[in-house]
Amino acid sequence: MELSPDAVVYWQWGFVKLNATLVFTWATMAVLVGCSWLITRRIRGGVAVLSGQAFLEMLLEQIRDQIRDATQDEPDKYLPVIGTLFLFIATASLLGVVPGVHVPTASLSTTSALALLVFIVVPAYGIEAKGFKRYLASYTRPTVFMLPFNMIGEVSRTVALSVRLFGNMMSGHLIVAVLLTIVPILFPALLQAFGLLIGFIQAYVFAILALVYIASGTRVIREERTEGPEEGREEGPPQAS
Amino acid sequence: MESIDLIATVSIIVAGLTIAIGSIGPAIGEGLALARAMEAVAQQPDASNTLTRTLFVGMAMIESTAIYCLVVSLILIFANPFWNHLLQAGG
Repeated sequence: MELSPDAVVYWQWGFVKLNATLVFTWATMAVLVGCSWLITRRIRGGVAVLSGQAFLEMLLEQIRDQIRDATQDEPDKYLPVIGTLFLFIATASLLGVVPGVHVPTASLSTTSALALLVFIVVPAYGIEAKGFKRYLASYTRPTVFMLPFNMIGEVSRTVALSVRLFGNMMSGHLIVAVLLTIVPILFPALLQAFGLLIGFIQAYVFAILALVYIASGTRVIREERTEGPEEGREEGPPQAS
Repeated sequence: MESIDLIATVSIIVAGLTIAIGSIGPAIGEGLALARAMEAVAQQPDASNTLTRTLFVGMAMIESTAIYCLVVSLILIFANPFWNHLLQAGG
């Protein structure tokens, strides 16, 4: 029994490996791009739209509503990053139901890559919102003594983000694999369905947490700009580590 | 007892203890959080959207401590570094 899809190597040449993580990451991306291409190829206006287009519009509108609720801001700025993260993780765990498919997010490499993406995107949005100097100055708030803790928090929440997703996805498949040896009929299927639910919740949580981090990176600046810090701080997103 | 047996025994026992003790705290925490969220939803059904979202995010964070314990115990069982080192040293 292998712990992560990294261990499943299909093809190897020297140190260049083609493992299950890579294959199914690309498969997930292919599914996402292929479905979007198929649906948007026959896109049309008006009321009489095809079911695929209606589904995509519904999904997009839901994601935009969630972003608008969480940030109290225009969603279009955050939609590409957050929507892609959510769709990728959700599609990956959805494909995991197919027998023989290894979920790419059950590998620490994939989740670390996703978390690193968030790690880079958060300062990018912060700098875009207020400029380089003011963003760096936000690390010394409320006092200069908080600087090391803010930096540690930045790193530790990235690690937490990756390990959380990895642990959830990996444990779901491990439980199914263990149960297959004990109760082969019906029960693993139920747990697989439960794993699907967990996968979607984790996709949602990952996206929302990335959004909360981005919002906290940009919101500090908005508090500086406005004069009433008490009101702004009340509504602030939960600071997570 | 040889050292390799000792490592195996200790690893398995500690893996079990890790997940057993480590899941107590998050379980209590999640229960409390859910109970409070239920009360809040019952009192303010209008705010249930915000409450549910915050609950999910908070639950995921509480849960991550249990997930760390799970990862540690799985590493101890399936990818134990000391075990692998000893196997390599012993040939």
